[in-house]
Formats: sequence, structure tokens, C-alpha cells
Amino acid sequence: MAKMIKEMEHPLYRKSNKMRMERIGKWMTFLSVALTATITAAILFLVFSKGLSTFITNDGSVKDFFTGTAWNPAEVNSLGKPIIGALPFLVGSIAVTGISALIAAPLAIGAAIFMSEIAPRTGKRIMQPVIELLVGIPSVVYGFIGLTVVVPFLRNLFPGSGFGIAAGTIVLSIMILPTVTSLAFDAIQAVPRSFREASLALGSTRWQMICKVVLKTAKPGLMMAIIFGMARAFGEALAVQMVIGNAAVIPQSLFDPASTVTSVLTMGMGYSVMGQVENNALWSLALVLLLMSLFFTITVRMIGKGKSS
Amino acid sequence: MKVAETRRQTVIQTESLQFFYDSYHALKNINLKFEEQKITALIGPSGCGKSTFLRTINRMNDLIPGVRTEGAIWIGDENITDTSIDPVELRKKVGMVFQHASVFPFSIYENIAYGPRIHGENNKTVLDNIVEENLRSAALWDEVKDQLHQSATGLSGGQQQRLTIARTLATKPSILLMDEPTSALDPISTAKVEELIQTLKAQYTIVIVTHNMQQAARISDFTAFFLNGEVKEYGQTDKIFNEPVFSETKDYIAGKFG
Repeated sequence: MAKMIKEMEHPLYRKSNKMRMERIGKWMTFLSVALTATITAAILFLVFSKGLSTFITNDGSVKDFFTGTAWNPAEVNSLGKPIIGALPFLVGSIAVTGISALIAAPLAIGAAIFMSEIAPRTGKRIMQPVIELLVGIPSVVYGFIGLTVVVPFLRNLFPGSGFGIAAGTIVLSIMILPTVTSLAFDAIQAVPRSFREASLALGSTRWQMICKVVLKTAKPGLMMAIIFGMARAFGEALAVQMVIGNAAVIPQSLFDPASTVTSVLTMGMGYSVMGQVENNALWSLALVLLLMSLFFTITVRMIGKGKSS
Repeated sequence: MKVAETRRQTVIQTESLQFFYDSYHALKNINLKFEEQKITALIGPSGCGKSTFLRTINRMNDLIPGVRTEGAIWIGDENITDTSIDPVELRKKVGMVFQHASVFPFSIYENIAYGPRIHGENNKTVLDNIVEENLRSAALWDEVKDQLHQSATGLSGGQQQRLTIARTLATKPSILLMDEPTSALDPISTAKVEELIQTLKAQYTIVIVTHNMQQAARISDFTAFFLNGEVKEYGQTDKIFNEPVFSETKDYIAGKFG
């Protein structure tokens, strides 16, 4: 009996300070997660309920939203439905995103190859820090540079005001280039050194090794880098809005003023009142952005999964 | 006259070979001969220079910045340390198998076809034949013939290592350098790879680095004992293992240091 009591007093049986800290830590981390999850859920709920109310409360037509070319939510058309044709913005967003990805992807992969394979010392010591610095430059700075340099440059070379898809694309390509380069560099660096040695030992040139082993192995990672860049381009508002011209029409050429989903949102949100059709229509655009970013995220995840299996 | 005769049987010959990593003197005055259709084992404690030496033979050390080679390595009548020698051409003739089976994350077929493809072979029938022939040479054909187009990363460690051997053979080298090819394998896979190395001896000159004394004794014809960047002792394997001249060799083989 006496022995039993002694055993109960053993440190293992006592509730120690460490145990208390452990429990407090568990609760604190749980609360952080719960808070994040709640906020995310609340945002999702708000965007979905507001975005869908255009179609439910205000009787807007989903078909008009995706195919209509006129945007004037304050008015109603002959059928009594609000005029909410968002096609010009969708076209604008997809055009600037797609073209800037087409421009940025080869440049970024080329730069990443140079940094990783051709000049690894300069790449790691100088270029990597510089690129990480560029990633952190606020987008308004890119927009300002676009406004001061790119727009006048295009105005002098091509017909039109200089504002338009071309200007937006150039600014976005430059803006996402560091992000894509940095991610592509990581993807290429993740290719094991042993693959490179094995290829060279089989008598390949360095170029053959890069094309046929390094890039082939890094392909999922490179795809992810490009999609991350596209997600950033699609969601970018300020820089694009500053140079795209903000005309609610489907552009006929790269040098015509146009709009994107984001630029319409930033331009319009100051001029509408919560609960009105104009405001709800903007929420519908926000919902489109949300769904697009969800799509990009899921695509990246799926590529990531395919890579690990 | 005598030189000419030894040259005929000697495939690789090094002459006062020195090697430096920046200021570190990694190989000191190496004079070795490797004979045709023989297996030579390089043994010695870690850091003694045996892997470095192996990598001078196919100039893989060129990839490391700040290295310097002095002396000569004769393969046939070419001194391959000469800067005029193209390492890409050299590495077609001198194949290398690494410690960790570095199969590419491609299909089994594409792994074997990689070497011939980069050397300009694109004919599908020819490639099919090369793949089959080399998988047979590596004693892997029967195990993988039904899954040639599946990923090679799904093979077992031992199968992967035999695949890298097959991949190396596909570029038709005359010399095979092996850097601890079985150190990451289990005993059964090791036995299979050793058996394979024995059969390859009939066609290739093989230089193998190993930490496994029994392996060196089992498969090699000649053994070179490296110590601190020098060749301490070199001779027929029987002799090195049974009556070594130097006490260091004897102690190392007996496992007294390593």
C-alpha cells in the first residue's frame, strides 16, 4: 500500500507545468485555425450570397452575364432584366492573363535554366536575391511604370491612345516574371543532381541534359509555376486598371482600350451602394474571380498530386 | 617492343596522375594499369581518393569548379586528360554506374533508349532491339519485358541498379566504371548484380570501387589499395588478400580501420 502511494507521487503521474503548456498550446493553435476557417467561410458566404443575389433577387440572367456585351446594371432592358453583360471584362481578363503567361513563361524558364544550370554561382548569389526583391515590389509601382513608360511607348509606335490589352499585357508579364522565374528555378533545382550526372555520364551534352532530363523531370513544377503566375495576373487589379483604358467593350485589337473583371471592380465599387443592383453585379464579378482562383488552386494541387505519385 | 606488347592488353594506363581540388592534393602520383576483360577493384577507407580517381577516367570531375589534373591517363593511344579530348565523346566509350541507381523518372524503355537517342539513333526498330539486347545483357529482360512502358521508378532497388547498368551498356562503351554499385542494395540484389558484373567481364574492362572486402575478393582479378590519395599496394586480388606486402593493407582488409 505504501508502495502504491509512492508510485502515485512519481513525476509521471503528476500534472506537470509541461502538460499544462501542452494543453494551452493545443488550444491556442486550435483557436487560430478555427478563426482562419471561420473568416474564410464568412468571406465565401458573403461573396456567394451577394454574387448570386444579382441573379436571384434582381432577376439578372446568367446567360446575359456570360454572353452579353453591354454593362449597365443600373438600367433594365426590354425584358425588365438588369443589363449585366460581363463578356467584355471576361475577354479582357482572359486575354491579358493568357498573353502575359505566353510571354512570361518562356522568359522565366529561360532565366531559371540560366540561373540553375549555366551560371549557378551568379544565379544563386546575385540573380536569386534580385528576383526575390522584384517579387516584393508593390503592383502599383508596376502600374505607375506602365503608365509612364509603356503607354507612351505604345502610343508612339501604334495607332491609338496606348492604353489597352497590349499595355496591360506588358505590365503584367513584367510583374509575374519574377514570380514565375523564382518558382521555375525551385522546380529545376529540385531535379536531383544524380539525374544530371547520369545523363552526362551517358555522353550527353549539357544542352541535351537540360532539355531531355532536367526540363522533362521538372515539367509538373514548371506547369505549377506558370499557373501561379496566371493566378496572380488574373487577380491583379491596380496595375492593370492603370494602363488598360477601362472601356467596357470587347477590344477589336491589342491597342484598343478594354477592361478586366478586376479593373471594373476597383473602378465601380466606390460609386455603388450596398444592396443595389449595381453593387450586386460587382459582387457577381467578385464571385467570378473567386471561382477562377479556386480553379487555379485546384489545378496546381492536382499537378502536385500527379507529381508525387 | 615491350611497351607495345603491354599496351595491347592494357586498356587504361595512368602516368604520374595528380589531382587537386583547389589546393587540396587528392590524388598523388597514381601509376596504374587496367587490363582488358579484367575486373579491377579499388578499395580503401573513405576519402582516400578512389572515387575521385574513378571520376578522372571519364572526366566527371570536370563538372566541379576549381579542380586540376596533372599527368596522363592513356586510353588506347589517347591521353584523355588532354584538353583537346571531348569529354562527351569520351563518356560514350567509358560508361559509369553510380552508387545510387539514378534511373530517370521515365519508362523502362525510355531509360535504355536515352543514350542511343542522344547519340542520334531515332529508328524505332533499332531502338527496340537495343532495349531488348541490353536488358538481356543486364539479366533484366525476363523480369520487365511486359512492363517496358511503365515507369522505371516502380522497380525494386536491385532492378533499378541493373537497369542503370543496361542503360550504360546501351551506349556501347568498352570500359565500365562502377562506383560502389551495390552499397545501397540488399544481399540478394547484390548477388545478382555481382553475377551480372562477372558475365560482363567477357566484353568489358571493369573498374569497380567497393567498400565491401568480400565483394572485392569474390569478383575482382586485380585490386588496388588506396590510402590518403596514393596507391599503397596493387596486384592480383589473391595476392593482395592473402599475402599483402604492407601492414596497412593487411589491417584494412582485416577491418582494423576503415
